[in-house]
Amino acid sequence: MNTKKTTGRRIGGIFALLIALVWVFPVYWMINSSFLSSATLAQLTPTWVPFGGTFNNYKTVMDPSSGFTSSLQMSVTITLLSLLFCIVFAFLGALAISRFKFRGRKSFVVAIIVIQMLPAEAMFIAQYKMISSLGLLNTVVGISIIYIATVIPFTLWMLRGFVAGVPADLEEAAMVDGCTRFGAFMRVTFPLLAPGLVASGVYAFIQVWNEFALASVLLTDESSRTLPLWLRRLSEFSNVGGYPNWGEVMAGSVLVAVPVIIFFLIVQGRMTQGMVGGAVKG
Amino acid sequence: MTTPAMTPSRLDDSPAVSKKPLGKILLPYLLVLPALVALLVGMGYPLGWQVFNSFREYGLAAQFGTASPEWVWFENYTTLLSDGTFWFILVKSIVFMAITASMTMILGIGLALLMKAVSRWARLTLQIAMLLAWAMPIVAQMTVWGWLIDKRNGVINYVLSWIPGVDLIGHDWLVNPITFYGIGSTIIVWASVPFVALSVYAALTQVSSEVKEAASLDGASGWQMLRRITMPIIRPVITILFLLQLIWDLRVYAQIRLLQDFGAGGTKYDLLGTYIYSLGIGQNQFGLASAAAMIVMFFTIGLSWYYVRQLLKEDN
Repeated sequence: MNTKKTTGRRIGGIFALLIALVWVFPVYWMINSSFLSSATLAQLTPTWVPFGGTFNNYKTVMDPSSGFTSSLQMSVTITLLSLLFCIVFAFLGALAISRFKFRGRKSFVVAIIVIQMLPAEAMFIAQYKMISSLGLLNTVVGISIIYIATVIPFTLWMLRGFVAGVPADLEEAAMVDGCTRFGAFMRVTFPLLAPGLVASGVYAFIQVWNEFALASVLLTDESSRTLPLWLRRLSEFSNVGGYPNWGEVMAGSVLVAVPVIIFFLIVQGRMTQGMVGGAVKG
Repeated sequence: MTTPAMTPSRLDDSPAVSKKPLGKILLPYLLVLPALVALLVGMGYPLGWQVFNSFREYGLAAQFGTASPEWVWFENYTTLLSDGTFWFILVKSIVFMAITASMTMILGIGLALLMKAVSRWARLTLQIAMLLAWAMPIVAQMTVWGWLIDKRNGVINYVLSWIPGVDLIGHDWLVNPITFYGIGSTIIVWASVPFVALSVYAALTQVSSEVKEAASLDGASGWQMLRRITMPIIRPVITILFLLQLIWDLRVYAQIRLLQDFGAGGTKYDLLGTYIYSLGIGQNQFGLASAAAMIVMFFTIGLSWYYVRQLLKEDN
């Protein structure tokens, strides 16, 4: 019985490793190809390991003429602006719904949840018309207005969980000890909420940083491209004789993906929990 | 994973509302106000515009902005619903959604069970591989897959040609609509399985070992244990994950759009997302596009009703 079980486990283990290999392969292939020259990549037999590879693809792709620097700047500006407003607004809203009872609270909560479910992809046309009638196409402000509204609901919902996790008794105790309500909040609750704020902030960062669909509609001008739009056009920029230079395109993909992967690994646990937490708890 | 405690923690439970000072009554409204305004501007107004314009027709003059669009009641909806192309795309989208979401769930649940069964190091390796795939931004995902399936030097054609009798070098997967959608579906499954597998695995760890021991003492087989004990406990998680997958796969836009960049566009390769885009921004048919978007929205709201109710329960 025991030996049968270990053999089974071992086969399962090998199977798990094979699947891991399949899943990670595209990510590995992106990194591998990013170090190889177009001549190496054009060979009929693939090069499996980037021995003797170079950083040339990265150099070419990061050159200002490729538009990388201006797109990076655009992405950073839009992300920072959207994040700042989103976090502050969502945090205040989360405080209201988890610490106060007020008329209209229920409707607000329902609205927050229902908006999360609205398919952003079905609102493009309307958002495009609105931003274009305001004359804000191809501007940081225009797209940020939409991003803030898109990211607030989930961020608010996530923060609500964290605020509710800090017992109000703690604040009351501080108030008994002579703090004002605001003082008690700043000294007791706020520090306890910091990890939650970081997690929600990173989550919102990933959403905005990666967004492609709306950006492709609102930012059509070459000078206003964000990084995802830049990457989309990179295969045209690095074209050699009607065929993309895949090494350069992969170097571009690595540049876009790596910061996100790092941030993502930091908050992954909390994200899974935020989305299905209610179901797990039943 | 620590779960924030859900104990209600309200400072304001006093029933004597009328005796509170005005500032205290207004405070929650002031806190909600910024978020509310942001939502009304970024979501509320466009949504209202969309509902309104789904009842208006943009004739040629209106498309060029020289006349205002005409109010036509439900004509846009009836036009769409009697249009063969729209039905073609709607049916394609629903089939695509059903196949992609089901594949994601089957693989995700299978891999979660596998993670539970294997040793720690094998599980960790699998989990890290999944996380890396999950973390890839959509545009990077699509770009990498564009290279993997490249017809001249793509590694997928090369590896598949190892199979005796198969020669796929030079094969373009994006010409035939069936393989076009097959590739799209594969990429989405690859990218969505990690979320499902890790969530189901998290739920599986909550099935207590005492219950399982008791069942095995009573002579339950492995299969019976899975069906009678594990599945009922994780069913709510699976239901919600399946719903989310259905919703996400119905509204898929970026992946199809980016695949069209590598291959070709047109209704032959469209799903609802790209179709609405081409109606609205491509052809300036804002009335029709709004009506199509509203139809997608009704579908989504119908699908997500259960999920919304679960979240509301969590709030109470």
